[in-house]
Amino acid sequence: MSGESLSLSGHAKTVVEDWSSDKQAFNVPWGKFMMWMFLVSDTFIFSCFLVGYMNVRRTTTDPWPYPSEVFALEMFGTSVPLILIAIMTFILITSSGTMALAVRFAHFKDKNKIFLLMLVTAALGASFVGLQAFEWSKLIAEGVRPWTNPFGAPQFGSIFFMVTGFHGLHVSCGVIYLLVIARKILRGDYDKKGDYSIVEITGLYWHFVDLVWVFIFAFFYLW
Amino acid sequence: MSYIPIADQKDEMHDPHSFIAKYVWSMDHKVIAIQYGTIAVAVGLVALALSALMRLQLGYPDTFAFIDPAEYYQYVTMHGMIMVVYLLTALFLGGFGNYLIPLQIGARDMVFPFLNMLSVWVYLLSVIILMASFFVSGGPTGAGWTLYPPQAITEGTPGADMGIILMLASLAVFIVAFTMGGLNYVTTVLQARTHGMTLMRMPLSVWGIFVATILGLFAFPALFVSAIMMSFDKLLGTSFFMPAMVSIGETLDHTGGSPVLFQHLFWFFGHPEVYIVALPAFGLVSDVLSCHARKNIFGYRMMVWAIVAIGGLSFIVWAHHMYVSGMNPYFGFFFAFTTLIIAVPTAIKVYNWVLTLWEGNIRLTVPMLFACGFIFTFLHGGLTGIFLGNVTVDLPLSDTYFVIAHFHMVMGVSPVMVLFASIYHWFPKMSGKMFNVTLGKIHFWATFFGTYAIYLPMHYLGFLGVPRRYYSMGTTEFLPESANTLNANITMAAIWVAVFQLVFIFNIIWSLWKGKKCDGNPWEATSLEWQTPENPPAHGNWGPELPTVYRWAYEYSVPGVKADFVPQNIAPEDVETTDGKPYIGHED
Repeated sequence: MSGESLSLSGHAKTVVEDWSSDKQAFNVPWGKFMMWMFLVSDTFIFSCFLVGYMNVRRTTTDPWPYPSEVFALEMFGTSVPLILIAIMTFILITSSGTMALAVRFAHFKDKNKIFLLMLVTAALGASFVGLQAFEWSKLIAEGVRPWTNPFGAPQFGSIFFMVTGFHGLHVSCGVIYLLVIARKILRGDYDKKGDYSIVEITGLYWHFVDLVWVFIFAFFYLW
Repeated sequence: MSYIPIADQKDEMHDPHSFIAKYVWSMDHKVIAIQYGTIAVAVGLVALALSALMRLQLGYPDTFAFIDPAEYYQYVTMHGMIMVVYLLTALFLGGFGNYLIPLQIGARDMVFPFLNMLSVWVYLLSVIILMASFFVSGGPTGAGWTLYPPQAITEGTPGADMGIILMLASLAVFIVAFTMGGLNYVTTVLQARTHGMTLMRMPLSVWGIFVATILGLFAFPALFVSAIMMSFDKLLGTSFFMPAMVSIGETLDHTGGSPVLFQHLFWFFGHPEVYIVALPAFGLVSDVLSCHARKNIFGYRMMVWAIVAIGGLSFIVWAHHMYVSGMNPYFGFFFAFTTLIIAVPTAIKVYNWVLTLWEGNIRLTVPMLFACGFIFTFLHGGLTGIFLGNVTVDLPLSDTYFVIAHFHMVMGVSPVMVLFASIYHWFPKMSGKMFNVTLGKIHFWATFFGTYAIYLPMHYLGFLGVPRRYYSMGTTEFLPESANTLNANITMAAIWVAVFQLVFIFNIIWSLWKGKKCDGNPWEATSLEWQTPENPPAHGNWGPELPTVYRWAYEYSVPGVKADFVPQNIAPEDVETTDGKPYIGHED
């Protein structure tokens, strides 16, 4: 079977021709491309959530609570604003670092190191979700509910629980995803073809979840 | 490249052997396509029956005691939602997308068959959830297919208890199903084409389905988010879309939400949705027209770019559905402008279809009749769209039958015409048998004239000021008695059309069972799916070797070639020419 492209013998003349040539438009594995598409689609979901947030913040008739007061922790007798959220953000960003290292070792096909780093990433992710549960329970103890909020606009509670919950769900799914793939790596499922691109695909998802957090952090805690 | 596509891998494909693996839990894109299609048509018949019931009420008010106002609104809502999402979207993308993408681009299957299988079963789940709402207390939601809050979830609207929750849940599940399928379609088109199948050699069907899928992946998230937010408003008592309000003498607990936010989110999905349905229709009809006119599609490049341009523009026209919503009036200026711009690529497509027919060697087969019918209905629906795209004209017409007529002409009848054209066109490929031509022609003429008898008078009723969404007109001073007569006539026509769809169902079932066997390429078409070694194509589609593509898919009636068509995969030296030289054709 002649596997050569017929219209473009050898060299692609322009970017467009290259992109539209036969077989593959992008020189990446199918799974990786599919993950990219999924993430773009997911971006639309989070964008819609954030647009909804901005909108209800304008339409609500009650004053919006002051985030640095609501999200403050009593530590050593003083109220430290945003301390918990700073720790959570630090943890999640660190997990992106360990994930990036896992992807690096995937290039060397170093199974043990990949496994270990993915495990660390999952652990960091799980502790993020744990801290989020702590944050939620603190707010709930203070009387914040999806339908009401002692600090002002009820939409504050609704949108906060909805969006951080949806993000937390993404992180939780990511943790499970990481653990499943880490186990498969260790078991040698990918050795047959020597194709470790799955680590990078998992990494794409994980970095995306981190990136979304950066936006949520900016819009919910700093605004 | 370290990555080897399945197509070139040495290890064997795992052919399914048991009945269940082959036809139930199947990962073969062709079987999945037919499963999608069967579910969609079945649920579409429910929606068709609902429309007949609606028309009975409208044509003969106070006659049918079993249709009360609440039920009427439930029929309206369920008819609209089922037709738009669960029939048209699912049948074009899940059905034809699944069937045609791998076959037309020369792939063995979708890139992730397991995900594809999951997609159809999750789709079935969403349909079951939706159908379940007919059986819960209070019945399905009667909020209108746009589900506008606050009325969608407040007491007094039919189905405000359980119906609306099931509707929102079903939509969310549908979107999950669509995403799983859609990611597959996009990846397959971009990453799994066979040797020589460049993007600019793909049949327009694939282009239409491909761009529509991208629209779906970017537009459905808005519906997903609004479904989640509205179900929170309903279940948790949040106030995303709910302002402070008094309902039936009672002050509700909600405060400070924005109903217009829902409309923006809904139409950010809703308008691309129109093109999610229309673009595959554009693509499929282009292939059917070209094949049966024995002539290349006119302006292939333009057709492709028009599809892409319409897809892009469709994301910035959504608020033309909201001229009367109370949004900032200045928005109307922008959205009227973009709406009229989108008419340009659309008009290019219509011209090109007509020019494809021009001096063609037309074979008036059943698919061709439906394809030509589509040009008529789409042109009519498109022209009234220009009326409604202008704010000043839209305001008085917005809540009248004119909108119903426009919408059904452009997005109801037109895509359905293409669906029928495509089902008849590809039926011999899917089943290996030929349908009954006489019954097909009866079906076409009855449907074509019938739908005109329904929707042409509706334009007139709209100009008279007959409001839409009314259970019954009663006696209204500005409406002449003839308006009621016309309404009764429309009902007769609607029943007529509905009954003649049974001819179609009968034809398909009877032909599957007793139809004449036909060979693999009964229409003498050029694209790859007609060149498969077996008919219907076997698992893996192509036998041991993938086809190689040498030219575009529109090589009809070319001078110097003995046959009047040249398939995409015939090597230049194998084409029988009058002068004996190799024939390459249109490479692009």
